[in-house]
Amino acid sequence: MAVPAALTKAQAAEGDIDVNELVFGHIGDAYQWHIVKFGDTEVSIPLPVIVKSSTGWHVFSSARLEEGPYEGLYVAKGGAYDGKIVERNAAGEEVRPLDISITKNVLGLFINSAVLLVIMMSCVRWYKKHPLEDGAPKGGVGMIEATVLSIYNDVIKGCIGENYRRYAPYLLTAFFFVLVNNLMGLIPIFPGGANVTGNIAITLVLALCTFVLTNVYGTKAYWKEIFWPDVPTWLKAPIPMMPLIEFFGIFTKPFALMIRLFANIMAGHAAVLSLVAIIFITVKSGPVINGSMTVVSVAFDIFMNALEVLVAFIQAYVFTMLSAVFIGLSQVKEHAEK
Amino acid sequence: MGLLTPDPGLLFWMVVTFGVVFFILAKYGFPVILKTVEDRKAYIDNSLKAAREANEQLANVKVEGEKILAQAREEQHRILSEAAVTRDRIIKDAQEKAFAEGNRLMEEMKKQIETEKESAIRDIRRQVAVLSVGIAEKIMRNRLADEKEQTALIDRLLDEMIETSKK
Repeated sequence: MAVPAALTKAQAAEGDIDVNELVFGHIGDAYQWHIVKFGDTEVSIPLPVIVKSSTGWHVFSSARLEEGPYEGLYVAKGGAYDGKIVERNAAGEEVRPLDISITKNVLGLFINSAVLLVIMMSCVRWYKKHPLEDGAPKGGVGMIEATVLSIYNDVIKGCIGENYRRYAPYLLTAFFFVLVNNLMGLIPIFPGGANVTGNIAITLVLALCTFVLTNVYGTKAYWKEIFWPDVPTWLKAPIPMMPLIEFFGIFTKPFALMIRLFANIMAGHAAVLSLVAIIFITVKSGPVINGSMTVVSVAFDIFMNALEVLVAFIQAYVFTMLSAVFIGLSQVKEHAEK
Repeated sequence: MGLLTPDPGLLFWMVVTFGVVFFILAKYGFPVILKTVEDRKAYIDNSLKAAREANEQLANVKVEGEKILAQAREEQHRILSEAAVTRDRIIKDAQEKAFAEGNRLMEEMKKQIETEKESAIRDIRRQVAVLSVGIAEKIMRNRLADEKEQTALIDRLLDEMIETSKK
Protein backbone atom coordinates (compact mmCIF):
# COMPACT_ATOMS: atom_id res chain seq x y z
CA MET A 1 0.00 0.00 0.00
CA ALA A 2 1.58 3.16 -1.19
CA VAL A 3 2.98 3.94 2.22
CA PRO A 4 6.23 5.57 1.10
CA ALA A 5 4.23 7.65 -1.28
CA ALA A 6 1.98 8.69 1.55
CA LEU A 7 4.96 9.43 3.76
CA THR A 8 6.69 11.75 1.38
CA LYS A 9 3.51 13.36 0.27
CA ALA A 10 2.67 14.05 3.85
CA GLN A 11 6.13 15.37 4.61
CA ALA A 12 5.87 17.71 1.69
CA ALA A 13 2.58 18.98 2.94
CA GLU A 14 4.29 19.72 6.27
CA GLY A 15 1.58 19.36 8.80
CA ASP A 16 -1.56 20.46 7.08
CA ILE A 17 -2.27 17.14 5.57
CA ASP A 18 -5.56 16.09 4.09
CA VAL A 19 -5.96 12.53 5.33
CA ASN A 20 -9.20 12.16 3.45
CA GLU A 21 -7.60 12.99 0.16
CA LEU A 22 -4.56 10.87 0.93
CA VAL A 23 -6.57 7.78 1.74
CA PHE A 24 -9.19 8.13 -0.96
CA GLY A 25 -6.60 9.20 -3.49
CA HIS A 26 -4.94 5.87 -2.99
CA ILE A 27 -8.07 3.78 -2.85
CA GLY A 28 -9.47 5.35 -6.00
CA ASP A 29 -8.11 5.22 -9.47
CA ALA A 30 -5.64 7.60 -11.14
CA TYR A 31 -4.37 8.40 -14.59
CA GLN A 32 -0.75 8.13 -13.51
CA TRP A 33 0.97 5.83 -11.05
CA HIS A 34 2.32 8.01 -8.30
CA ILE A 35 5.35 6.45 -6.62
CA VAL A 36 7.13 9.00 -4.47
CA LYS A 37 7.83 12.70 -4.09
CA PHE A 38 11.33 13.98 -3.36
CA GLY A 39 11.05 17.56 -2.22
CA ASP A 40 9.16 19.12 -5.09
CA THR A 41 9.81 16.48 -7.72
CA GLU A 42 7.00 14.04 -8.25
CA VAL A 43 8.12 10.59 -9.27
CA SER A 44 5.27 8.91 -11.04
CA ILE A 45 4.71 6.72 -14.04
CA PRO A 46 2.58 8.41 -16.69
CA LEU A 47 0.08 6.00 -18.20
CA PRO A 48 -1.61 6.05 -21.59
CA VAL A 49 -4.95 7.81 -21.82
CA ILE A 50 -7.35 6.30 -24.34
CA VAL A 51 -10.49 8.35 -24.80
CA LYS A 52 -13.19 8.58 -27.43
CA SER A 53 -14.63 12.06 -27.10
CA SER A 54 -16.97 14.00 -29.36
CA THR A 55 -13.92 14.77 -31.53
CA GLY A 56 -12.95 11.13 -32.00
CA TRP A 57 -10.30 8.89 -30.45
CA HIS A 58 -7.50 10.40 -28.39
CA VAL A 59 -4.47 8.42 -27.25
CA PHE A 60 -1.77 10.27 -25.32
CA SER A 61 0.36 10.12 -22.18
CA SER A 62 -1.28 11.20 -18.97
CA ALA A 63 1.73 13.52 -18.40
CA ARG A 64 0.11 15.89 -20.95
CA LEU A 65 -2.78 16.47 -18.55
CA GLU A 66 -0.50 17.86 -15.83
CA GLU A 67 -0.31 21.27 -17.47
CA GLY A 68 -3.98 21.65 -18.23
CA PRO A 69 -6.51 20.78 -20.92
CA TYR A 70 -5.15 18.71 -23.78
CA GLU A 71 -7.14 18.32 -26.98
CA GLY A 72 -10.16 19.66 -25.13
CA LEU A 73 -9.85 17.07 -22.41
CA TYR A 74 -8.99 17.69 -18.80
CA VAL A 75 -9.23 16.10 -15.38
CA ALA A 76 -12.31 17.30 -13.56
CA LYS A 77 -11.88 18.83 -10.13
CA GLY A 78 -14.96 18.32 -7.99
CA GLY A 79 -18.40 17.74 -9.40
CA ALA A 80 -19.90 14.46 -10.47
CA TYR A 81 -16.81 13.34 -12.36
CA ASP A 82 -14.16 14.35 -9.84
CA GLY A 83 -10.75 13.08 -10.88
CA LYS A 84 -11.91 11.75 -14.22
CA ILE A 85 -11.15 13.00 -17.71
CA VAL A 86 -14.00 15.15 -19.00
CA GLU A 87 -14.76 17.46 -21.88
CA ARG A 88 -17.22 20.28 -22.31
CA ASN A 89 -20.16 19.82 -24.62
CA ALA A 90 -21.80 22.51 -26.69
CA ALA A 91 -23.87 23.66 -23.75
CA GLY A 92 -20.71 24.11 -21.69
CA GLU A 93 -21.51 21.24 -19.33
CA GLU A 94 -18.87 18.72 -18.24
CA VAL A 95 -19.50 15.35 -19.83
CA ARG A 96 -17.53 12.12 -19.69
CA PRO A 97 -16.29 10.73 -22.92
CA LEU A 98 -15.85 6.98 -23.45
CA ASP A 99 -12.77 6.41 -21.33
CA ILE A 100 -10.79 3.17 -21.58
CA SER A 101 -7.50 4.65 -20.39
CA ILE A 102 -4.85 2.40 -18.91
CA THR A 103 -5.25 3.79 -15.42
CA LYS A 104 -3.33 2.79 -12.33
CA ASN A 105 -5.83 0.05 -11.52
CA VAL A 106 -5.82 -1.23 -15.09
CA LEU A 107 -2.04 -1.41 -15.14
CA GLY A 108 -2.10 -3.05 -11.72
CA LEU A 109 -4.61 -5.51 -13.07
CA PHE A 110 -2.32 -6.28 -16.03
CA ILE A 111 0.75 -6.70 -13.84
CA ASN A 112 -1.06 -8.91 -11.34
CA SER A 113 -2.55 -11.01 -14.11
CA ALA A 114 0.89 -11.38 -15.65
CA VAL A 115 2.28 -12.42 -12.26
CA LEU A 116 -0.50 -14.96 -11.90
CA LEU A 117 0.07 -16.34 -15.39
CA VAL A 118 3.82 -16.56 -14.88
CA ILE A 119 3.39 -18.41 -11.59
CA MET A 120 0.85 -20.85 -13.00
CA MET A 121 2.60 -21.42 -16.29
CA SER A 122 5.96 -22.06 -14.62
CA CYS A 123 4.18 -24.71 -12.54
CA VAL A 124 2.69 -26.19 -15.68
CA ARG A 125 6.14 -26.20 -17.28
CA TRP A 126 7.48 -28.09 -14.29
CA TYR A 127 4.83 -30.76 -14.82
CA LYS A 128 5.62 -31.00 -18.51
CA LYS A 129 9.34 -31.36 -17.83
CA HIS A 130 9.09 -33.98 -15.13
CA PRO A 131 7.72 -37.45 -15.77
CA LEU A 132 5.35 -38.96 -13.27
CA GLU A 133 8.11 -41.10 -11.82
CA ASP A 134 9.74 -37.97 -10.40
CA GLY A 135 6.99 -37.85 -7.81
CA ALA A 136 5.32 -34.79 -6.34
CA PRO A 137 6.87 -31.35 -6.76
CA LYS A 138 8.61 -29.58 -3.92
CA GLY A 139 9.04 -25.91 -3.08
CA GLY A 140 6.98 -23.31 -4.92
CA VAL A 141 5.36 -25.69 -7.37
CA GLY A 142 4.48 -27.98 -4.48
CA MET A 143 2.90 -25.08 -2.66
CA ILE A 144 0.79 -24.12 -5.68
CA GLU A 145 -0.19 -27.74 -6.18
CA ALA A 146 -1.21 -28.11 -2.55
CA THR A 147 -3.28 -24.92 -2.76
CA VAL A 148 -4.91 -25.95 -6.03
CA LEU A 149 -5.75 -29.35 -4.60
CA SER A 150 -7.14 -28.03 -1.35
CA ILE A 151 -9.42 -25.64 -3.25
CA TYR A 152 -10.31 -28.35 -5.74
CA ASN A 153 -11.03 -31.09 -3.25
CA ASP A 154 -12.40 -29.21 -0.26
CA VAL A 155 -14.19 -26.29 -1.83
CA ILE A 156 -15.15 -27.19 -5.37
CA LYS A 157 -15.82 -30.90 -4.96
CA GLY A 158 -17.40 -30.40 -1.57
CA CYS A 159 -19.74 -27.55 -2.46
CA ILE A 160 -20.84 -28.32 -6.00
CA GLY A 161 -21.26 -32.06 -5.99
CA GLU A 162 -21.70 -34.09 -9.11
CA ASN A 163 -20.81 -31.68 -11.92
CA TYR A 164 -17.87 -30.07 -10.17
CA ARG A 165 -15.45 -30.70 -13.04
CA ARG A 166 -17.22 -28.21 -15.30
CA TYR A 167 -16.81 -25.36 -12.82
CA ALA A 168 -13.34 -26.15 -11.51
CA PRO A 169 -11.39 -24.01 -14.01
CA TYR A 170 -13.48 -20.92 -13.32
CA LEU A 171 -13.45 -21.28 -9.56
CA LEU A 172 -9.71 -21.98 -9.43
CA THR A 173 -9.03 -19.03 -11.70
CA ALA A 174 -11.22 -16.81 -9.56
CA PHE A 175 -9.47 -17.95 -6.39
CA PHE A 176 -5.96 -17.37 -7.64
CA PHE A 177 -6.94 -14.17 -9.42
CA VAL A 178 -8.38 -12.68 -6.27
CA LEU A 179 -5.55 -14.01 -4.10
CA VAL A 180 -2.78 -12.63 -6.30
CA ASN A 181 -4.51 -9.27 -6.66
CA ASN A 182 -5.09 -9.07 -2.91
CA LEU A 183 -1.49 -9.91 -2.09
CA MET A 184 -0.02 -7.64 -4.72
CA GLY A 185 -2.14 -4.84 -3.30
CA LEU A 186 -0.32 -5.28 0.01
CA ILE A 187 3.10 -4.54 -1.48
CA PRO A 188 3.57 -0.84 -0.79
CA ILE A 189 5.49 0.23 -3.89
CA PHE A 190 5.27 -0.25 -7.63
CA PRO A 191 4.49 -2.74 -9.14
CA GLY A 192 2.24 -3.63 -6.23
CA GLY A 193 0.03 -1.40 -4.21
CA ALA A 194 -2.78 -0.85 -6.67
CA ASN A 195 -6.12 -1.28 -4.98
CA VAL A 196 -7.44 -3.66 -7.62
CA THR A 197 -9.71 -6.04 -5.73
CA GLY A 198 -10.82 -3.11 -3.59
CA ASN A 199 -12.42 -1.60 -6.65
CA ILE A 200 -16.05 -2.35 -7.26
CA ALA A 201 -15.65 -2.71 -11.03
CA ILE A 202 -13.32 -5.68 -10.52
CA THR A 203 -15.52 -7.43 -8.00
CA LEU A 204 -18.55 -6.67 -10.14
CA VAL A 205 -17.11 -8.60 -13.07
CA LEU A 206 -16.16 -11.52 -10.84
CA ALA A 207 -19.58 -11.62 -9.20
CA LEU A 208 -21.20 -11.37 -12.62
CA CYS A 209 -19.28 -14.45 -13.78
CA THR A 210 -20.55 -16.38 -10.78
CA PHE A 211 -24.06 -15.09 -11.42
CA VAL A 212 -23.97 -16.25 -15.04
CA LEU A 213 -22.54 -19.65 -14.18
CA THR A 214 -25.09 -20.12 -11.43
CA ASN A 215 -28.15 -19.32 -13.51
CA VAL A 216 -27.23 -20.44 -17.00
CA TYR A 217 -26.61 -24.00 -15.88
CA GLY A 218 -29.34 -23.99 -13.23
CA THR A 219 -31.39 -27.19 -13.14
CA LYS A 220 -35.14 -27.45 -13.38
CA ALA A 221 -35.36 -28.13 -9.66
CA TYR A 222 -33.42 -24.94 -8.99
CA TRP A 223 -35.90 -22.81 -10.92
CA LYS A 224 -38.83 -24.63 -9.39
CA GLU A 225 -37.52 -23.85 -5.93
CA ILE A 226 -37.39 -20.19 -6.87
CA PHE A 227 -40.82 -19.79 -8.45
CA TRP A 228 -42.77 -22.51 -6.67
CA PRO A 229 -40.90 -23.34 -3.45
CA ASP A 230 -42.04 -25.97 -0.95
CA VAL A 231 -43.89 -23.63 1.37
CA PRO A 232 -47.59 -23.36 2.39
CA THR A 233 -49.61 -22.32 -0.63
CA TRP A 234 -50.84 -19.05 0.89
CA LEU A 235 -47.26 -17.85 0.87
CA LYS A 236 -47.10 -18.13 -2.87
CA ALA A 237 -50.61 -18.28 -4.35
CA PRO A 238 -52.44 -14.94 -4.44
CA ILE A 239 -49.46 -12.76 -3.64
CA PRO A 240 -46.20 -14.49 -4.71
CA MET A 241 -44.37 -13.60 -1.54
CA MET A 242 -41.85 -16.42 -1.39
CA PRO A 243 -41.17 -16.50 -5.13
CA LEU A 244 -40.48 -12.79 -4.99
CA ILE A 245 -38.04 -13.22 -2.13
CA GLU A 246 -36.38 -16.16 -3.83
CA PHE A 247 -36.18 -14.25 -7.09
CA PHE A 248 -34.43 -11.35 -5.42
CA GLY A 249 -32.14 -13.89 -3.84
CA ILE A 250 -30.77 -14.67 -7.28
CA PHE A 251 -29.40 -11.15 -7.43
CA THR A 252 -28.56 -10.52 -3.81
CA LYS A 253 -26.25 -13.53 -3.62
CA PRO A 254 -23.73 -12.34 -6.23
CA PHE A 255 -24.29 -8.78 -5.06
CA ALA A 256 -23.13 -9.83 -1.61
CA LEU A 257 -20.10 -11.46 -3.20
CA MET A 258 -19.26 -8.26 -4.98
CA ILE A 259 -19.66 -6.02 -1.94
CA ARG A 260 -17.91 -8.37 0.47
CA LEU A 261 -14.68 -8.60 -1.48
CA PHE A 262 -14.66 -4.94 -2.45
CA ALA A 263 -15.41 -3.66 1.04
CA ASN A 264 -12.94 -5.95 2.79
CA ILE A 265 -9.99 -5.07 0.62
CA MET A 266 -10.81 -1.41 0.38
CA ALA A 267 -11.28 -1.16 4.13
CA GLY A 268 -7.97 -2.89 4.68
CA HIS A 269 -6.15 -0.42 2.49
CA ALA A 270 -7.96 2.48 4.12
CA ALA A 271 -7.15 1.24 7.62
CA VAL A 272 -3.42 0.88 6.96
CA LEU A 273 -3.23 4.27 5.31
CA SER A 274 -5.17 5.93 8.12
CA LEU A 275 -2.84 4.39 10.68
CA VAL A 276 0.17 5.69 8.77
CA ALA A 277 -1.46 9.10 8.61
CA ILE A 278 -1.49 9.24 12.43
CA ILE A 279 2.24 9.98 12.27
CA PHE A 280 1.71 13.07 10.18
CA ILE A 281 -1.37 14.30 11.93
CA THR A 282 0.46 14.33 15.27
CA VAL A 283 3.43 16.29 13.93
CA LYS A 284 1.81 19.50 15.18
CA SER A 285 1.42 18.15 18.72
CA GLY A 286 5.15 18.27 19.45
CA PRO A 287 7.99 15.80 19.29
CA VAL A 288 7.04 13.72 22.34
CA ILE A 289 3.51 12.92 21.28
CA ASN A 290 4.57 12.60 17.65
CA GLY A 291 7.38 10.17 18.57
CA SER A 292 5.25 7.98 20.78
CA MET A 293 2.41 8.00 18.27
CA THR A 294 4.86 6.97 15.56
CA VAL A 295 5.75 3.88 17.56
CA VAL A 296 2.08 3.10 18.10
CA SER A 297 1.32 3.71 14.44
CA VAL A 298 4.11 1.45 13.18
CA ALA A 299 3.08 -1.28 15.61
CA PHE A 300 -0.51 -1.07 14.41
CA ASP A 301 0.63 -0.96 10.80
CA ILE A 302 2.56 -4.16 11.20
CA PHE A 303 -0.44 -5.75 12.84
CA MET A 304 -2.79 -4.49 10.15
CA ASN A 305 -0.55 -5.66 7.35
CA ALA A 306 -0.26 -9.10 8.89
CA LEU A 307 -4.02 -9.13 9.26
CA GLU A 308 -4.42 -8.05 5.66
CA VAL A 309 -2.30 -10.97 4.46
CA LEU A 310 -4.72 -13.20 6.30
CA VAL A 311 -7.69 -11.30 4.89
CA ALA A 312 -6.22 -11.55 1.38
CA PHE A 313 -6.37 -15.33 1.61
CA ILE A 314 -9.64 -15.51 3.51
CA GLN A 315 -11.45 -13.26 1.05
CA ALA A 316 -10.17 -15.19 -1.94
CA TYR A 317 -11.22 -18.40 -0.21
CA VAL A 318 -14.61 -17.06 0.82
CA PHE A 319 -15.31 -15.73 -2.66
CA THR A 320 -14.50 -19.09 -4.19
CA MET A 321 -16.37 -21.05 -1.57
CA LEU A 322 -19.53 -18.95 -1.81
CA SER A 323 -19.40 -19.04 -5.59
CA ALA A 324 -19.13 -22.81 -5.35
CA VAL A 325 -21.99 -22.96 -2.88
CA PHE A 326 -24.23 -20.83 -5.13
CA ILE A 327 -23.36 -22.94 -8.13
CA GLY A 328 -23.93 -26.06 -6.05
CA LEU A 329 -27.39 -24.77 -5.06
CA SER A 330 -28.26 -24.30 -8.72
CA GLN A 331 -27.37 -27.94 -9.38
CA VAL A 332 -29.99 -29.39 -7.05
CA LYS A 333 -31.92 -32.46 -8.12
CA GLU A 334 -35.64 -33.10 -7.66
CA HIS A 335 -36.34 -34.59 -4.28
CA ALA A 336 -37.66 -37.81 -5.70
CA GLU A 337 -38.08 -39.68 -2.43
CA LYS A 338 -40.43 -37.51 -0.43
CA MET B 1 -17.41 9.15 -9.21
CA GLY B 2 -17.95 7.55 -5.90
CA LEU B 3 -16.36 4.37 -4.68
CA LEU B 4 -19.52 2.42 -5.33
CA THR B 5 -19.88 3.36 -8.98
CA PRO B 6 -17.98 0.99 -11.23
CA ASP B 7 -15.87 2.83 -13.77
CA PRO B 8 -16.71 1.73 -17.33
CA GLY B 9 -13.08 1.85 -18.49
CA LEU B 10 -11.90 -0.36 -15.68
CA LEU B 11 -14.91 -2.61 -16.19
CA PHE B 12 -13.95 -3.02 -19.82
CA TRP B 13 -10.33 -3.84 -19.07
CA MET B 14 -11.33 -6.18 -16.26
CA VAL B 15 -13.58 -8.15 -18.59
CA VAL B 16 -10.79 -8.37 -21.17
CA THR B 17 -8.05 -9.24 -18.69
CA PHE B 18 -10.05 -11.69 -16.66
CA GLY B 19 -11.28 -13.26 -19.87
CA VAL B 20 -7.74 -13.75 -21.13
CA VAL B 21 -6.46 -15.00 -17.77
CA PHE B 22 -9.41 -17.36 -17.45
CA PHE B 23 -8.97 -18.63 -21.00
CA ILE B 24 -5.25 -19.35 -20.56
CA LEU B 25 -5.54 -20.87 -17.11
CA ALA B 26 -8.66 -22.88 -17.90
CA LYS B 27 -7.11 -24.26 -21.08
CA TYR B 28 -3.42 -24.65 -20.30
CA GLY B 29 -3.11 -24.19 -16.55
CA PHE B 30 -5.37 -26.01 -14.15
CA PRO B 31 -6.29 -28.97 -16.33
CA VAL B 32 -2.60 -29.82 -16.62
CA ILE B 33 -2.07 -29.58 -12.89
CA LEU B 34 -5.22 -31.53 -12.01
CA LYS B 35 -4.56 -34.15 -14.65
CA THR B 36 -0.98 -34.61 -13.50
CA VAL B 37 -2.14 -35.05 -9.94
CA GLU B 38 -4.76 -37.57 -11.00
CA ASP B 39 -2.25 -39.40 -13.17
CA ARG B 40 0.22 -39.43 -10.34
CA LYS B 41 -2.42 -40.85 -8.04
CA ALA B 42 -3.14 -43.58 -10.55
CA TYR B 43 0.58 -44.16 -10.98
CA ILE B 44 1.09 -44.52 -7.24
CA ASP B 45 -1.86 -46.90 -6.98
CA ASN B 46 -0.50 -48.97 -9.83
CA SER B 47 2.96 -48.96 -8.34
CA LEU B 48 1.60 -50.17 -5.03
CA LYS B 49 -0.30 -52.91 -6.77
CA ALA B 50 2.74 -53.88 -8.79
CA ALA B 51 4.88 -53.90 -5.67
CA ARG B 52 2.40 -56.13 -3.89
CA GLU B 53 2.31 -58.50 -6.85
CA ALA B 54 6.07 -58.52 -7.04
CA ASN B 55 6.20 -59.33 -3.36
CA GLU B 56 3.80 -62.17 -3.83
CA GLN B 57 5.79 -63.42 -6.75
CA LEU B 58 8.94 -63.20 -4.74
CA ALA B 59 7.37 -65.28 -2.02
CA ASN B 60 6.25 -67.74 -4.68
CA VAL B 61 9.72 -67.83 -6.13
CA LYS B 62 11.11 -68.60 -2.72
CA VAL B 63 8.71 -71.47 -2.22
CA GLU B 64 9.36 -72.67 -5.75
CA GLY B 65 13.08 -72.45 -5.22
CA GLU B 66 12.83 -74.50 -2.09
CA LYS B 67 10.73 -77.02 -3.93
CA ILE B 68 13.26 -77.24 -6.72
CA LEU B 69 16.05 -77.58 -4.22
CA ALA B 70 14.25 -80.39 -2.44
CA GLN B 71 13.63 -82.11 -5.76
CA ALA B 72 17.26 -81.73 -6.69
CA ARG B 73 18.31 -83.19 -3.40
CA GLU B 74 15.96 -86.13 -3.87
CA GLU B 75 17.28 -86.67 -7.38
CA GLN B 76 20.81 -86.54 -6.11
CA HIS B 77 19.99 -89.05 -3.45
CA ARG B 78 18.33 -91.29 -5.98
CA ILE B 79 21.24 -91.09 -8.40
CA LEU B 80 23.71 -91.79 -5.64
CA SER B 81 21.85 -94.83 -4.42
CA GLU B 82 21.44 -96.07 -7.97
CA ALA B 83 25.12 -95.60 -8.54
CA ALA B 84 25.85 -97.55 -5.39
CA VAL B 85 23.57 -100.35 -6.52
CA THR B 86 25.17 -100.39 -9.94
CA ARG B 87 28.61 -100.40 -8.43
CA ASP B 88 27.73 -103.28 -6.16
CA ARG B 89 26.26 -105.19 -9.05
CA ILE B 90 29.27 -104.58 -11.25
CA ILE B 91 31.60 -105.70 -8.52
CA LYS B 92 29.51 -108.71 -7.84
CA ASP B 93 29.36 -109.57 -11.53
CA ALA B 94 33.07 -109.13 -11.85
CA GLN B 95 33.63 -111.31 -8.86
CA GLU B 96 31.38 -113.98 -10.18
CA LYS B 97 32.97 -113.83 -13.57
CA ALA B 98 36.43 -113.96 -12.09
CA PHE B 99 35.40 -116.85 -9.91
CA ALA B 100 33.94 -118.75 -12.85
CA GLU B 101 36.98 -118.04 -14.97
CA GLY B 102 39.24 -119.17 -12.20
CA ASN B 103 37.20 -122.34 -11.80
CA ARG B 104 37.30 -122.97 -15.50
CA LEU B 105 41.06 -122.48 -15.56
CA MET B 106 41.46 -124.68 -12.56
CA GLU B 107 39.34 -127.35 -14.19
CA GLU B 108 41.34 -127.22 -17.36
CA MET B 109 44.51 -127.34 -15.37
CA LYS B 110 43.30 -130.35 -13.49
CA LYS B 111 42.34 -132.07 -16.69
CA GLN B 112 45.68 -131.36 -18.22
CA ILE B 113 47.44 -132.52 -15.11
CA GLU B 114 45.33 -135.63 -15.14
CA THR B 115 46.14 -136.37 -18.74
CA GLU B 116 49.78 -135.75 -18.17
CA LYS B 117 49.71 -137.87 -15.09
CA GLU B 118 48.07 -140.68 -16.95
CA SER B 119 50.49 -140.48 -19.83
CA ALA B 120 53.35 -140.42 -17.35
CA ILE B 121 51.94 -143.39 -15.57
CA ARG B 122 51.51 -145.13 -18.91
CA ASP B 123 55.08 -144.33 -19.74
CA ILE B 124 56.24 -145.59 -16.42
CA ARG B 125 54.23 -148.79 -16.82
CA ARG B 126 55.68 -149.42 -20.20
CA GLN B 127 59.18 -148.94 -18.92
CA VAL B 128 58.40 -151.00 -15.85
CA ALA B 129 57.12 -153.72 -18.17
CA VAL B 130 60.20 -153.51 -20.34
CA LEU B 131 62.39 -153.50 -17.26
CA SER B 132 60.55 -156.38 -15.64
CA VAL B 133 60.70 -158.40 -18.86
CA GLY B 134 64.46 -157.78 -19.00
CA ILE B 135 64.83 -158.56 -15.34
CA ALA B 136 62.68 -161.66 -15.73
CA GLU B 137 64.77 -162.74 -18.69
CA LYS B 138 67.94 -162.40 -16.67
CA ILE B 139 66.47 -164.18 -13.70
CA MET B 140 65.11 -166.89 -15.96
CA ARG B 141 68.42 -167.32 -17.60
CA ASN B 142 70.08 -167.65 -14.18
CA ARG B 143 67.44 -170.04 -12.87
CA LEU B 144 66.99 -172.12 -15.86
CA ALA B 145 70.60 -173.09 -15.89
CA ASP B 146 69.90 -176.42 -14.29
CA GLU B 147 67.38 -178.95 -15.50
CA LYS B 148 65.63 -179.52 -12.27
CA GLU B 149 64.81 -176.19 -11.73
CA GLN B 150 63.48 -175.93 -15.27
CA THR B 151 61.09 -178.81 -14.88
CA ALA B 152 60.02 -177.59 -11.39
CA LEU B 153 59.12 -174.25 -12.84
CA ILE B 154 57.28 -175.74 -15.73
CA ASP B 155 55.29 -177.82 -13.35
CA ARG B 156 54.44 -175.01 -11.09
CA LEU B 157 53.49 -172.86 -13.98
CA LEU B 158 51.29 -175.58 -15.34
CA ASP B 159 49.65 -175.95 -11.95
CA GLU B 160 49.03 -172.38 -11.72
CA MET B 161 47.55 -172.28 -15.21
CA ILE B 162 45.33 -175.21 -14.42
CA GLU B 163 44.26 -173.59 -11.29
CA THR B 164 43.36 -170.38 -13.10
CA SER B 165 41.58 -172.26 -15.81
CA LYS B 166 39.61 -174.06 -13.11
CA LYS B 167 38.50 -170.93 -11.67
